[in-house]
Amino acid sequence: MKTIDLHTPIKEYDLQQLKAGHFLTISGTIYTARDKAHKKIAELVAQKKPLPIDFSNAVIYYAGPSPAPPGMPVGAIGPTTSYRMDAYTEIMLSLGVRMFIGKGSRSSEVKKLLVNYQAVYCSSFGGAAAFLNQCVLDAEIIAFEEFGPEAMYKLTVKNFPVIVINDMYGGDLYADIQ
Amino acid sequence: MRTISHEELYTAVANLLVQANFHLPDHVYQALSIMHSTEQKPLAKETLNILLQNATIASTKHIPLCQDCGSVIVFLEIGTGITINGNLEETINRAVADTYTNHYLRPSIVKDPLFDRTNTGTNTPAFIHVEIVEGNYIAITVYIKGGGSENMSSLKMFTPTADSEEIINYIVATVKQAGPNPCPPLFLGIGIGGTADVAMLNAKKAVLQKEPHPKEEYRRLEEAILQRCNNTGVGPLGFGGNNTVAMVRIKDAPTHIATLPVALNLNCHSLRYRSTIL
Repeated sequence: MKTIDLHTPIKEYDLQQLKAGHFLTISGTIYTARDKAHKKIAELVAQKKPLPIDFSNAVIYYAGPSPAPPGMPVGAIGPTTSYRMDAYTEIMLSLGVRMFIGKGSRSSEVKKLLVNYQAVYCSSFGGAAAFLNQCVLDAEIIAFEEFGPEAMYKLTVKNFPVIVINDMYGGDLYADIQ
Repeated sequence: MRTISHEELYTAVANLLVQANFHLPDHVYQALSIMHSTEQKPLAKETLNILLQNATIASTKHIPLCQDCGSVIVFLEIGTGITINGNLEETINRAVADTYTNHYLRPSIVKDPLFDRTNTGTNTPAFIHVEIVEGNYIAITVYIKGGGSENMSSLKMFTPTADSEEIINYIVATVKQAGPNPCPPLFLGIGIGGTADVAMLNAKKAVLQKEPHPKEEYRRLEEAILQRCNNTGVGPLGFGGNNTVAMVRIKDAPTHIATLPVALNLNCHSLRYRSTIL
């Protein structure tokens, strides 16, 4: 299939060219965050406390990997279901996140927010966690280590495959299918 | 009376957990493979190709099939002619804790659902269902169920006069509504009849049945559900395509004159389970 190669940090024109249904491979730095990390980040924002990273132009991957076996940077690392992060998406967008990667559909509220904030939602390949492990060159826990698999990881990835679900123009792959 | 040692039970459960988490059952791999060869849409075909590669990588490189190494569900058939020297529950949980630790499987169980969601760190407790049967054996099945697909579970209490068409419509609507969330192509377990709890449990057991229903009318219902679900266009991982459901299995039970429960277990494409007999 025809793919678009994207390198982080992502630039404005990178995002502008993306349309629902595009197949992308991402290389560079992405950060994991799932349920507990989102809840914690929202608390830190509310309390005006320092955040673990600068979220400007960041790519957030909804994932909680299995532990790294010896000799590997990380274990199995597929996406988790995204709708559980819907309630926190505006906070993340206001911090500067421009791309989210997960799996499954988003609320109509989130779809509007993506257009307003000019950000993109992609799905990776749910349940292809061993396959996706092969795209991770390096992994480092950068925050919330006490959350175990729900800690925030900084991942260095190469040719990490995703499909654009919601582009910044309101395009929606899942809606097209329904 | 035959005695089965807790060490034997421990070893059996530990082996089944390794098999289930790293090696896709042959018939599941074959089902994905057949769908890959018949799928027309390029993105759906590529998705199935990735899922097949995933199974190979998991197996050869010893990386879990999915990062969500699931809730461990254990079905036991315990013969009346055997005794176990040791504590059944403790032995199984020890096998789960050790296997999940030693094989770098993700622990996903929290201690309390509402007031203290602290990870137990060992993926215990397992959810154990015991059935007492005639004979001098123990049959053990471990079933690994991910949280994303479990969240799409559904139960509907139909009125007893409902017909199979209404049931099909409900199932198809549930699969369509769930869309990409439970990671299709799905293995669909359906419990029909019993009480609400029995139907849910039968939906779990149904998906582990390799063979279609022994009764003709239920077999036809399984086929009709499969076909209708595959006409929804949801496709592999919800990216669109002709393969939304890989397999449909029904387990029925007698029920009350006033009830007709229908329970749905939407299992993702990674149907992970193994059985053995001691």
